[in-house]
Amino acid sequence: MNAQKENFLLAVEGLTVSFDGFKAVDDLSFYLDPKEIRVIIGPNGAGKTTVLDLICGKTRATAGSIRFGGKELTKMKEHQIVHAGVGRKFQNPSVFEDLTVFENLEVSYPQGHTVMGALAFKRDAAVIEAVERIADTIFLSDQLNEPAGLLSHGQKQWLEIGMLLIQKPDLLMLDEPVAGMSVAERKKTAELLRVITRDHTVLVIEHDMQFVGDIADRVTVMHQGKVLSEGSIEHVKKDPKVIEVYLGH
Amino acid sequence: MKTNSPLQWLTSREGIYYLLLALLLLVVLPLTLDAFRLNMVGKYLTYAFAAIGLVMCWGKAGILSLGQGVFFGLGGYCMAMFLKLEASTPEATSNQSTPGIPDFMDWNQITELPGFWQPFHSFSFTLIAVIAVPVLLAFIIGVAMFKRRVGGVYFAIITQAIAAILTILIIGQQGLTGGVNGITDLQTLMGWNIRTDAAKTTLYFVCVGLLFVSLLVARQVQNAKLGRILVAMRDQETRVRFSGYDVASFKVFVFCLAAGLAGIGGALFTLQVGFMSPSFVGIVPSIEMVVFCALGGRYSLLGGVYGALLVNAAKSGFSESFPELWPYAMGALFIGVVLAFPNGLAGLYERYIMPLEKRLPVIGKYLDKDSPEPQAPPVVSDQLSAEKS
Repeated sequence: MNAQKENFLLAVEGLTVSFDGFKAVDDLSFYLDPKEIRVIIGPNGAGKTTVLDLICGKTRATAGSIRFGGKELTKMKEHQIVHAGVGRKFQNPSVFEDLTVFENLEVSYPQGHTVMGALAFKRDAAVIEAVERIADTIFLSDQLNEPAGLLSHGQKQWLEIGMLLIQKPDLLMLDEPVAGMSVAERKKTAELLRVITRDHTVLVIEHDMQFVGDIADRVTVMHQGKVLSEGSIEHVKKDPKVIEVYLGH
Repeated sequence: MKTNSPLQWLTSREGIYYLLLALLLLVVLPLTLDAFRLNMVGKYLTYAFAAIGLVMCWGKAGILSLGQGVFFGLGGYCMAMFLKLEASTPEATSNQSTPGIPDFMDWNQITELPGFWQPFHSFSFTLIAVIAVPVLLAFIIGVAMFKRRVGGVYFAIITQAIAAILTILIIGQQGLTGGVNGITDLQTLMGWNIRTDAAKTTLYFVCVGLLFVSLLVARQVQNAKLGRILVAMRDQETRVRFSGYDVASFKVFVFCLAAGLAGIGGALFTLQVGFMSPSFVGIVPSIEMVVFCALGGRYSLLGGVYGALLVNAAKSGFSESFPELWPYAMGALFIGVVLAFPNGLAGLYERYIMPLEKRLPVIGKYLDKDSPEPQAPPVVSDQLSAEKS
């Protein structure tokens, strides 16, 4: 059993968090294979974002375990979880508006993360190369020297994804990456995610079923803090419980 | 940000600003002011150390401390203790009931030098303590607050409370600290009389020298990746945390840096003014330091220096004619800065004077080829940061 467990990149078991008695996530279990693209869907208040918060350490679990590549995340600090290889994108684009696109990516570059390291950090060729490569992936090569505050909403979303990519995480967690985007931006984002998903394990929260169908290997449907259904997109689309609470008749 | 040779840097736009300040402080003021006024400028400059610290801590990292007077005072007291012990030789204090201890201790029926005073017989210990004591206290406060994620207004209020507590402690422990009068009657530093005009002028130049050292250290931090992380923390603390940084340790670092700078300022203050008292420790001086920094421009290191100089000069000028009106004037100044130009003088300079520079015949072209490095964030976030403060 244990040997089998270690094959999962992420194993969430019996995860529970209660806010003043309200169980936002209730005895939740799911497993992610390496290189899998998993999408979590579910109605508002189902606890989707809370699950990501729990994995990245923003919220502390009341009970249960989150094992990631053999490490127990529930006891680790946020920055340690990042160093363990988990990257998190927030729902609202959170980039450093007063810094340029280049500096945003540079700050996210996985080097010089201690006070002394950050003092001694040198912008060497490797850093410049990495930043330029990522900027190219996220369509921002021409905006490298612009303050991030001047980017459009969609560009900020891409920048934040880029900031995760440069960290080289094993697991990428994206919270509604296409929310608030124009149709054209949506298309480009789907393209971007397809590139990313080639060599990352990705956990995405999304509402856009078309988009979900495009990218997901498997879908987990959450409702009231629990897993309602899990499987391929076709499977969950046909599940009567899912139709009842989420997709509608 | 590019690593240029020092000479190239000095001829860049930023380098010229530093040279102009050096010209003002090292040539213009010493030539035009008499020893008394120059000593006053030296006193103002000691506050500039605290202002530079606040630029790093508040302007860059967004951590508003209303207790910098604490660190300024601790640095000042460390120096004052050394000078007082030097002044209290058994011969000089032979008419006391216990000769060889500071006079105020004798008045308070203390018969033996307290243990924590002992190490201040040593000048090298004192020099270390001037920086180490404020940094240590800042470290303790920082770890206690930032590791628990106390920030923003709560942190500001706590620093203010610490300023009040320290003042009360110093005043209450009269026998150990000199109480409300402070530590007075300081005459010599290692046998060198610091009360003469010549000594005061020398101390002024020492102060300017150390100010530039501090400016360059702060600039070094600002231009390292660490400086960008501080700015990033001000904007999006959570994002920094989830980019893999232990945010608390960066906050502790910058708070300690600010405290150390304030401590140096305090020690120089004691040397140039000749005494130290609780009135430089408490809430009012702490808030004044924030005003220096806000007026000069809290994103700009040089702005902090000019802010300290101008507000203090205005304070002296104003107090000479209308002493009771000064607090109101300063309050109005602070409100005015926050409402009208939240980026202070440095912000005004960037917005209104920098565009004019280009029209200057020769210099304009010269400066123009040098792309300016904006000190203040772009206009979009002006409102936001003003609200946050």
